[in-house]
Amino acid sequence: MKKGYNVVIIGGGIVGCATAFELAKRGVKDILLIERRFLTAGATGRCGAGIRQQWGSELNASIALESTHILENLEEYTGYDKSVELHQGGYLLVAYTEKEWEQFQKNLEVQHRLGIDSYALTPEEMKKKVPYLNLDGVYGGTFCQKDGHANPFHCTQAYALGAKRMGVDIETYCEATGFRMAGGAIAGVETTKGYVEAKTVINCANTRAPELAKMVGEDVPVYSERHQALVTEPVAPLIDCMVMAFSRSYYVQQTPHGSFVMGIGPKETPSHNFKSSWQFLEHNCAVMCEALPVLRNLRVVRQWAGQYDMSPDANPIIDEAESCKNFYYMCGFSGHGFMVSPRVAIMMANHLCGMEDSLDIRRFGKKRFETGELLLEPAVV
Amino acid sequence: MADKDIIICRCEDITREKILECIAEGYQTIDEIKRVTRAGMGPCQGRTCRLLIAQELSRAYGVPMEEVLMSTFRPPTKPVTMGTLADAWLEEYEGEAAVSGRAIDGKEGGNGE
Repeated sequence: MKKGYNVVIIGGGIVGCATAFELAKRGVKDILLIERRFLTAGATGRCGAGIRQQWGSELNASIALESTHILENLEEYTGYDKSVELHQGGYLLVAYTEKEWEQFQKNLEVQHRLGIDSYALTPEEMKKKVPYLNLDGVYGGTFCQKDGHANPFHCTQAYALGAKRMGVDIETYCEATGFRMAGGAIAGVETTKGYVEAKTVINCANTRAPELAKMVGEDVPVYSERHQALVTEPVAPLIDCMVMAFSRSYYVQQTPHGSFVMGIGPKETPSHNFKSSWQFLEHNCAVMCEALPVLRNLRVVRQWAGQYDMSPDANPIIDEAESCKNFYYMCGFSGHGFMVSPRVAIMMANHLCGMEDSLDIRRFGKKRFETGELLLEPAVV
Repeated sequence: MADKDIIICRCEDITREKILECIAEGYQTIDEIKRVTRAGMGPCQGRTCRLLIAQELSRAYGVPMEEVLMSTFRPPTKPVTMGTLADAWLEEYEGEAAVSGRAIDGKEGGNGE
């Protein structure tokens, strides 16, 4: 670590690493990224890894669409010599209620306006896509072939190594513990490895972002909610697409490796709980075996827990602290940060470099909770 | 025997050569190596390879074995079929809510341990 930097980014997840990469790409020198454990140790490394464009709001659908385009060529884009394991097997969204089915039709209209190639399926057509799907209670579904999933570890590494090659310093096992301000603006970051001067700080610490923002006097209405997932032993290809249902709150996908990754999403009280529970293990299996009975024979090898950084309207809050100039924060991704991070990082980098962007960063500002201009999204888990 | 022939993780077929490559690339912990190579992600969940990787890290970074950061031990201890687990849940909470991933009041949520 040097004595001072132009930009210090806190958080070695996909949002922090992608932002570091995009800034360096725009010619910003002297960037430091610090991470309190190792890259992807937080939410990124624990996420469901899905990528979908089937959103219900134009904003989310367009960010996801543009992010997917980047992920499709991420290796080339970042100069990564391994694969990020993108698999575009599609997302099958399942409607179990009439209301949900009607909402899906509205979502399709939004998606079609943006040129997203999604379409509705009858239960019989769904059965052709996923022969193992239990059609009891199914109204219909929608499908988009360009949806899918990628490996979060490799995507993050791709951005991080690309950033490093452009001169970004990455310091792992280094935790931010405080900030120094001068004249109402950020001056530096106290870390477990010493003090560094900083002209700009970007707080990408996910569920820890609010407590860091608090240190410079900024209240960020984001809380932490535990979500759990599990993975099975690998088997021969059975299902090519992600299967997901909002009303029954489940998602499941078979990875290129052959294992199935899945989760369900009960609401929990806010906490920083990173422990796995046996209730999830059993409950998840009951829900998933009802939807896809073929899974009954698969053995679970591992379960884990992660955190959603929830915002009041389930969309990110990206803003500069009112109380501290040049202290930015990007958090509140509410469970879909991985799939929108490529585009959001570009928006942040463009903003800091004074470059034009078709996305207006102010839409993501904290003010929206006062003015009521919320980013409402009907298609979230 | 050459490093490329020595298997460190039997479940995922990861060789000693691969582990040494990761260390050369700057990875410092079992958890990181697990995430980039899949070593320790198979059916035995690292029972064999965890300590072998720790040995390599200990040697490469010159730290005693007991100071190498252990990877997280995650449940279940042994692989269990989803059918067995599903039946256990259904027996306990029969009815409509059982097939929805939404919370069942008071049954799920908070600190589950």
